[in-house]
Amino acid sequence: MTDRPEKPYEDIPGTFVFDADRSREGYHLNQFCISLRLQKNRDAFNADEEIYLDKYPMSAEQRAAVLARDWNRLLELGGNIYYTSKLAANDGINFQNLAGLMTGMGVEAYRDMMLHGGRPIEGNRTKSEWEKD
Amino acid sequence: MARITAGVGCSHVPAIGVAMDTGITDQPYWKPVFDGFKKSREWMKEQNPDVIFLVYNDHCTAFDASCIPTFALGCAAEFQPADEGWGPRPVPVVRNHQKLASHIAQSLVLDEFDMTIMNEMEVDHGLTVPLSVMYGEVPQDGEWPALVIPLAVNVVQYPAPTGNRCYNLGKAIRRAIDAYDEDLNVMIFGTGGMSHQLQYKRAGLINPEWDNRFLDMMANDPVAASQIQHIEYLRETGSEGIEMVMWLVMRGALDEQVTEVHRHYHVPASNTAVGHIILENHA
Repeated sequence: MTDRPEKPYEDIPGTFVFDADRSREGYHLNQFCISLRLQKNRDAFNADEEIYLDKYPMSAEQRAAVLARDWNRLLELGGNIYYTSKLAANDGINFQNLAGLMTGMGVEAYRDMMLHGGRPIEGNRTKSEWEKD
Repeated sequence: MARITAGVGCSHVPAIGVAMDTGITDQPYWKPVFDGFKKSREWMKEQNPDVIFLVYNDHCTAFDASCIPTFALGCAAEFQPADEGWGPRPVPVVRNHQKLASHIAQSLVLDEFDMTIMNEMEVDHGLTVPLSVMYGEVPQDGEWPALVIPLAVNVVQYPAPTGNRCYNLGKAIRRAIDAYDEDLNVMIFGTGGMSHQLQYKRAGLINPEWDNRFLDMMANDPVAASQIQHIEYLRETGSEGIEMVMWLVMRGALDEQVTEVHRHYHVPASNTAVGHIILENHA
């Protein structure tokens, strides 16, 4: 299939829009993540991550990214933030600290950026603006 | 007859719920967020709605990836606060006006808005945080002062329903409530937003100029707001800013001309711009 419909949002830098293609790719990964919503599942996962993950037929890359807690890789492989945040919550990482990790800024610098008004829209609309740097 | 007296637009940041649940709302970080709701809480006491029709999104809590309804109307008798991965919020169970909810469900489907009907559903911070900020702390063994009809909108998997569709759904909700033969003061809440991006390398995006234009449009030009395209929300307000389409359901249920009673805007709460507006229908 080369004639995919145009995705104008792919021009937005540093962003994954969770569309049907990503949803399909990330299905088992995301279903694993949401299972951690419940305490009994968090307990089972934390007791033995490998055995727990065997229940979810995700790709080897997705599985490795879960075990490595590679938060950006999880998104690249079809994960969605509302799902991956359940894995982060299991690890005691809230949304803001997760963003600090995903942006590569670190938790303190990210929190400081938010306190000073957040990331500005200027220079952050299109991929071409990021490539100029 | 039932009547919609007012609409409320309001962010539903989970950290706001955590701040209230852990009693840190007076800390310097949080005080400016909550100061903007003081007037709202007084106004809620004065208005004392019987029912709140609350438009929100589930954040992969009640709905996993196996079933993604675009519009899911809560018709259960009650809705338990969900464990989203860090334990359920210590807030009261949410009780429905079940007869009105099922009347609205029937009316909407016959009006060609094909709702998913939820007879079992837990509710996450998307629904309980707006109740908390508008009512203040309510103990877990207490009661929310109003009955609540939840409408969960998919804004997680692209595409969310269009702003135009949401606006027209609001009008259909208005027709349904106007036709309900019980004397009820009904409010409608549209929640989520404002600008925010939670994911990947552009996380932390905030666009206050855009947000404030949107608040202006909520008050004065809802038709223009209803025509904003998905790509604009995604690019200008962050990938999670698309939640603002849910404010259009609220706005569609109000008169074209409304009175703006209160507005509040603050950056940040966690990753998010907090926006809030109260709009009254003319009597």
